[in-house]
Amino acid sequence: MAAVDLINVSKSYGSVEVLRDINLSLQKGEFVVFVGPSGCGKSTLLRMIAGLEDVTSGELRIANEPMNDVLPAKRGISMVFQSYALYPHMSVFENMAFGLEQAKLSKAEIIERVHEAAEMLQLTPLLKRKPKQLSGGQRQRVAIGRAITRDPRVFLFDEPLSNLDAALRVDTRLEIKALHERLPETTMIYVTHDQVEAMTLADRIVVLSDGRVEQIGTPMELYNKPASKFVAGFIGSPKMNFLTGALAESHGAQTYGIRPEHITISDSKGDWQGRVILREELGSDTFVHVAVEGIGKVNVRVAGSYEIGASETVFLSPQPGNAHYFDASGQPIA
Amino acid sequence: MKLDILKRLGFYALVTIIVLQALFPFYYAILTSLEDGQALFEINYLPEALNFINYQSMLSGGVFGKQILNSVFVASVVVIISLTLAVTAAYALSRIRFRGRGLLLLTILSVSMFPQIAVLAGLFEVIRWLGLFNSLWALVFSYMIFTLPFTVWVLTTFMRNLPIEIEEAAIMDGASSLTIIRRVFLPLMWPAMVTTGLLAFIHAWNEFLFALTFLSTDGQRTVPVAIAMISGRSEFEIPWGNIMAASVIVTLPLVALVLIFQRKIVSGLTAGAVKG
Repeated sequence: MAAVDLINVSKSYGSVEVLRDINLSLQKGEFVVFVGPSGCGKSTLLRMIAGLEDVTSGELRIANEPMNDVLPAKRGISMVFQSYALYPHMSVFENMAFGLEQAKLSKAEIIERVHEAAEMLQLTPLLKRKPKQLSGGQRQRVAIGRAITRDPRVFLFDEPLSNLDAALRVDTRLEIKALHERLPETTMIYVTHDQVEAMTLADRIVVLSDGRVEQIGTPMELYNKPASKFVAGFIGSPKMNFLTGALAESHGAQTYGIRPEHITISDSKGDWQGRVILREELGSDTFVHVAVEGIGKVNVRVAGSYEIGASETVFLSPQPGNAHYFDASGQPIA
Repeated sequence: MKLDILKRLGFYALVTIIVLQALFPFYYAILTSLEDGQALFEINYLPEALNFINYQSMLSGGVFGKQILNSVFVASVVVIISLTLAVTAAYALSRIRFRGRGLLLLTILSVSMFPQIAVLAGLFEVIRWLGLFNSLWALVFSYMIFTLPFTVWVLTTFMRNLPIEIEEAAIMDGASSLTIIRRVFLPLMWPAMVTTGLLAFIHAWNEFLFALTFLSTDGQRTVPVAIAMISGRSEFEIPWGNIMAASVIVTLPLVALVLIFQRKIVSGLTAGAVKG
């Protein structure tokens, strides 16, 4: 059964169209990530599902019921905001209970639900604190807890990790993943501009660009079979190498794409010859930027460390079968 | 080293001058209010006797008590109505997009720029037409002309600085607009409300011109006018003792209010300057 359906949904502010004809169908219990560069409309799409923005045209359905004109609180959804948006004057308990009070639940039930959520998120010792007495990660957990208590059908996350530091971001990412496994009935929609978050969390990823859906698919589908040059460049880190010129034309394409991890490097023989421009060492990997004669700049990913000085000569061989070809409009050529 | 001492001396000298300039008039009023008869006209800077006869005669003699109550009533009602209207107006002006919002805000501000005397005559007609002449509601009505623009502006600016996501979270939680104002905004806005409320109170408490024009009988007057109209036994005698005693009495409530809300005022005045 579909949990959320978007049928020809568009959004415009005055004459500016920010989303055009979005068609999506999300399954119950699915973890879907909306990803795209800033300004692509992903947050607007999420806010339309939440009911914080009107749907200009098209239809939004949640659990097969039309939702275009239903109040946000009546849609069976919860949202976690980027800035957490906790009520600063209320304790953690009151923050988590506020929505339940508005829904006119009994005192006993409110207490039970809040404690249940607090237990799940290890917030029980913090229930009496005010948000300003909490660390960033704890605030984030309270925001998630507030969303859980409402027992939603659909869980919305609007870039929930972008205010956390790098180490905490990885931990919280894992917690969200674990939360999804504990709530298998709940559909989760997650907005981010970070493709690593998208790849690690999603069952399916929706790549948006300039108000349109570029591609919908599992992380591996997007990685292996990008439906456009944009998706190919956006998914995967570091970015895919795009090469134009004679090499691409020999395959009848405008652009030849090869991921840095799909190139073998050697100091004695290979298909392409070039000189090292720059080397970035990450410990687990080394990125070698090479200027290849007649082809252009190519970034190569080597596992482990790779000792080589600048302007030394190296040989590169693209792995057969992993190259992508795109025509002038960015469409893939099979 | 020597320069340091000089700097410090200069600093404290300046502080002393400022404090003296601010407090001496009030101190001298207290001093005068404690003197009677001929002692009034002798210059002294320290209290020589604690003589409460002026206070006694002000508080027991007739309508002054009633006049204080008039002032309390007018100032309190002005504050309550102003804040209620201003909070709801600020919500609309800061959070709801509508055509002409900027123009409306500017209009509100420009209203408070009119000199009182410019609107006095017209306002007098309005108040007579409303049948409010010599009623305390005439003052409530006319004071709002000055307190509302100010409170609306301050609260609008303050509300704009509250993160919009908090409001959206409350909407997601199912709170109505009134619940959002009452349960989410009001608790966050207390400092701003206290500060603007207090300034509105002080304005209403001290206002003279409208109070003089719109009220005609002693029993209806508010204290600033009442004090100005205190007269002696003959037209050649100005009862300085009584006037000073009355002035001290009407200043005390303001001092008390400021002391009570001191902390809130400080945080209200600096609110929005730094992210908390």
